Amino acid sequence: MDAVLKEWADRVRDAAERQGKLRIRGGGSKDFYGGAPAGETFDTAGFRGIVAYEPTELVVVARAGTPLAELEAALAEQGQCLPFEPPHFGYPAVLGATAGSGATVGGMVAAGLSGPRRATVGAVRDYVLGVRLIDGRGELLAFGGQVMKNVAGYDVPRLMAGSLGTLGLIAEVSLKVLPLPVAVRTLRFSIDEATALSRLNEWGGRPLPLAASVWHEGALTVRLAGARAAIEAAQAALGGEVVADDVAAAFWQSVREQTHPFFAGSEPLWRLSLASTTPPMGLGPQLIEWGGALRWLRGDQGAERMRAVAAQAGGHATLFRGSEALKAAAGAFQPLPPALLQIHRRLKAAFDPQGVFNPGRMYPDF
Amino acid sequence: MAFVNDVRFAADKRAILARLRAVLPPGALLADEEELRPYECDGLTAYRALPLLVALPQTEAEVQAVLRACHDLKVPVVPRGAATGLSGGAMPHEDGVVLSLARFRKILRIDPLARTAIVQPGVRNLAVSEAAAPFGLYYAPDPSSQIACTIGGNVAENSGGVHCLKYGLTVHNVLKVRGFTVEGEAVEFGAAGLDAAGLDLLAVINGSEGLLAVITEVTVKLTPKPELAQVVLAYFDDVQKAGNAVADVIAAGIIPGGLEMMDKPATHAVEPYVKAGYDLEAEAVLLCESDGTPAEVAEEIERMKAVLEKSGATSLVVSRDEAERLRFWAGRKAAFPAVGRITPDYLCMDGTIPRKRLAEMLEAIADLSAKYGLRCANVFHAGDGNLHPLIMYDANQPGELERATAFGAEILELSVRLGGTVTGEHGVGVEKIDVMAAQFTAAEIEAFHRLKAAFDEKGLLNPGKGVPTLARCREYLQTRAGIAPSSVSSDAAPRF
Ligand SMILES: Cc1cc2nc3c(=O)[nH]c(=O)nc-3n(C[C@H](O)[C@H](O)[C@H](O)COP(=O)(O)OP(=O)(O)OC[C@H]3O[C@@H](n4cnc5c(N)ncnc54)[C@H](O)[C@@H]3O)c2cc1C
Repeated sequence: MDAVLKEWADRVRDAAERQGKLRIRGGGSKDFYGGAPAGETFDTAGFRGIVAYEPTELVVVARAGTPLAELEAALAEQGQCLPFEPPHFGYPAVLGATAGSGATVGGMVAAGLSGPRRATVGAVRDYVLGVRLIDGRGELLAFGGQVMKNVAGYDVPRLMAGSLGTLGLIAEVSLKVLPLPVAVRTLRFSIDEATALSRLNEWGGRPLPLAASVWHEGALTVRLAGARAAIEAAQAALGGEVVADDVAAAFWQSVREQTHPFFAGSEPLWRLSLASTTPPMGLGPQLIEWGGALRWLRGDQGAERMRAVAAQAGGHATLFRGSEALKAAAGAFQPLPPALLQIHRRLKAAFDPQGVFNPGRMYPDF
Repeated sequence: MAFVNDVRFAADKRAILARLRAVLPPGALLADEEELRPYECDGLTAYRALPLLVALPQTEAEVQAVLRACHDLKVPVVPRGAATGLSGGAMPHEDGVVLSLARFRKILRIDPLARTAIVQPGVRNLAVSEAAAPFGLYYAPDPSSQIACTIGGNVAENSGGVHCLKYGLTVHNVLKVRGFTVEGEAVEFGAAGLDAAGLDLLAVINGSEGLLAVITEVTVKLTPKPELAQVVLAYFDDVQKAGNAVADVIAAGIIPGGLEMMDKPATHAVEPYVKAGYDLEAEAVLLCESDGTPAEVAEEIERMKAVLEKSGATSLVVSRDEAERLRFWAGRKAAFPAVGRITPDYLCMDGTIPRKRLAEMLEAIADLSAKYGLRCANVFHAGDGNLHPLIMYDANQPGELERATAFGAEILELSVRLGGTVTGEHGVGVEKIDVMAAQFTAAEIEAFHRLKAAFDEKGLLNPGKGVPTLARCREYLQTRAGIAPSSVSSDAAPRF
C-alpha cells in the first residue's frame, strides 16, 4: 500500500477510535456546496498525480488530490476530455482564466457536479469506472476497475459520485474519457422562455448533435458538437445566429464556472433539477440549462415553496449558494422521504459506522 | 451440477402458503411440483433448484403484500423476470418464494417530448423500442436477448447490448426506478430530472441482481433514432489481428455505434442458422457500425475502413441497405442460440478486459481449449473489451461440466489478472459467486455484505447470490491455490 494511504488509513482509524470528525478537503473550491463543513480538516492535496493514462483505452486513473486542471490538460494533449465538463468553481474571477482553480479530482467525484454538456453525454457518475477508498474503519478498499463494463459486486464507484465524502475518503479514481468533438458551433436564438423550452424538448427528440443549451433573458444559446457534416446539417435545420468561436467559448466557460453575471451577487442561488418539459415556473430571474432539466433561480422565494415546486415537477431543489443562516434553516438539499432516509442512514453506518467523515455535509443527521 | 446455496432458512411451506393465499387472487400462486418445475432455472440451465412457491402478483399492492408476508415469516424471495439471465440470478431458493414480475407487462406511458417511457418491469426490452418507434425514438441498450428479456431484469443486471459502446449500459439509460424494499416499503430511486437528491442509489440498484429491492416500475430514457446506420464487416485471417484492430479503431478517435467480434467457430455456428452472409473462410470478423447523418456516416465509414485495412483486414464489406445491416447484426445477435444448436450444452463466460489485451486473451483461450479438450466459440463486445467465450460441452459425458467449469474459471481469473473483471454484463448470480474471491479481498466482500444489509437487514432478497460468504471465498482460494497456484490474485494484488 502507498505510504501516504497507509498514513491516511491510520488517521481515519484514529479518528474513529476517539470519536473524531474529519472534514475531507481537496482544493476547497466547493466548500460552499452542501451543509457547512465541520471537523478537523483532512487535506487530500498530498496524494496527487495521474497514475495511468492510456488514450487508446479511453481510461485515466488519477489520485484524489490531483488538480482537475492538471488532469484536463493531460487529456487535452491527447485530444481527449472529461465530456461532462465538471465545474471547477475555484478559478480566480477573471474571465477565461485556465490555471490555478484549486479543484481536485477527488473533490470533483465527491461533489458529483457536471457542466453544460451533461444533458447529452451524461454526468460524472456515468464516467466513474473505479475507485479506491478508505472507509470509516480505516480499510483501504477497491471497487470497479479500468474497464467499461463491470457488474461484479455493487456499483460502489458510482455511489461515490455525489456522496460529498460522507461514505468514504476517495483516494484514487478511474474515469472513462472521450475524444474531444471534431467540431463545435454555437447558435443563438432570440425567443421567450416557453418557446425555448418547447424547442429544446422537440429538438432533443431529433438526431441532432446537441451538446449544451442555455436560456437566459430572452436568448437561447445552443452548442452543437460532433462531426463537421452533422453540424452543418443541424445548423441548416435549426437556423439561428452563429456566435463567434471565442465569444462562444468564453460564454460556455462562464456558465460552467458560474462567472456569468447571472450568478454574481449574494442573493440565494437555487438549483432545480426537474423534468425537462416542466413549463415556465414564474419564480423569478433564472438561467436554464440541460435542455430544460436544470433551472437556476436567484432570490429568496422560500425553501418550502422551492421544494414543493421541484417535487411537483418530478425533481428536487438545492440551495446551491446562500448564507450560512439560510442554509442552516432550509438545509442545502431536498429532504428525503422516510424510506429513502432510512436507507441513507443505514448506508452511512455501513461505510462509516462512527460517523467520522464530513458530518452534516449532506443531511443534518450524517 | 448442484449449486449448494450456503445461505439457508428454516422453511415452513404450509405457513407461507396460507399467508400468500390470503393476499393473492386465485391463479397467482403456484405450489405443485409440476407447476414449479418450469421455474427451476434461468438461462443458466446447468444449475437448478425448486422453490417452495411461485407468486405471480399483478399489482404493486400484491407485491407489497407478498414481501410483507415473506418478511414476517423470514422466507427468502427471489425476484424473476423472463429468466433469460445467464448467471443463475433468478434461480429459485429451495427455502423460498419466487416473485415473478411476468404479469407486470404494461407500458404505462410514452412521452415523446420528454423522451421517456414509463414501463412495468415485465415489459420486454424490444417492446419499449417498438412502442417508441412511431416517434422516431428507441430504447438504446439492446441485449441480444431483447425479444425476451424484461426491463426489470435489465435494470437488475445492468445489461449491455451491442450498441452500448456509444449509447451506454442500462445504468446510463434509466432515470428512475420504483420498487419495494424487502420489508414492503415503497421506494423511488432517481427522478424525472437528470439527478436526484441524496446518494445516487439509482446507480446501486442497477446491477444489484435482485438483492436490494424489487423493481415494479422503470422510467427509461429514449434516444432519437439516427438518420442512418451502416455497418462494416471486416474479415481477418488471424484472430489476434482482429483483436488488435479493435484497439486501433478506438485509438483513431472513433467511437463506433457498435464494435463486435466473432471468431470462425462462431460464424460457422451462426451462418447455417441465420444466413447472415458471413465469409466462412475468415478466422474472425469485426462488425463496426457508424450512425448519424448520411454525410457524417459516409465520412466515418471511410475513416473506419482506412483503420481496419491498416490493421490487416483481408476484406471489408459495407452494408448496402437497412435490410442488409439488420441481417449482419442478426447473425451476431443469434450467436448464443446458434452455438446452442451445435453442442448439447455450453457455458457462456462474461469477463471484461482492457481492449489492448484482447489478442493476448484470445491466444490464452485457444491454449485452454486444447488443454481441456473442449471447443470454444468466441463472441465479443469487442469495443468494450467484454468477452463471451462459449465453452461447449456435453453434460451427459461424465466430467465434462467440471472441465468446462474449470476452463471458464481460468478465463475469468485471467480476466482479473489482465486488469479486468469476472463479469461485464451477465452478473455474478450463482455462477460466478466463487470466482468473486479472485477479484475482491475479504474486506471488500464484507463491505458488499454491509451495503446489502442497509437495504435488507435480514438478508431475505435473493440470498446466497451475487456476493459470496467469506467461507465460500476461503474455500475457493484454497481449492484454486491447489490447482493453479499462480492464477489467483492475492489480497495485495492491485486492480488499478
Ligand atoms: C441468448 C441470450 C443472449 C443474451 N445477450 C445478452 C446481452 O447481449 N447483454 C446482456 O447484458 N445480457 C444478455 N443476456 C442475459 C440476459 O438476457 C440479461 O441478463 C437480462 O437482463 C435478464 O433479463 P430477464 O428479464 O430475463 O431477467 P431474469 O433472468 O429473470 O433475472 C435476472 C436477475 O434480475 C433479477 N430481477 C428480475 N426482475 C427483477 C425485478 N423486477 N426486480 C428486482 N430484481 C429483478 C433476478 O432476481 C435475477 O437476479 C442474454 C441471454 C440470452 C439467453
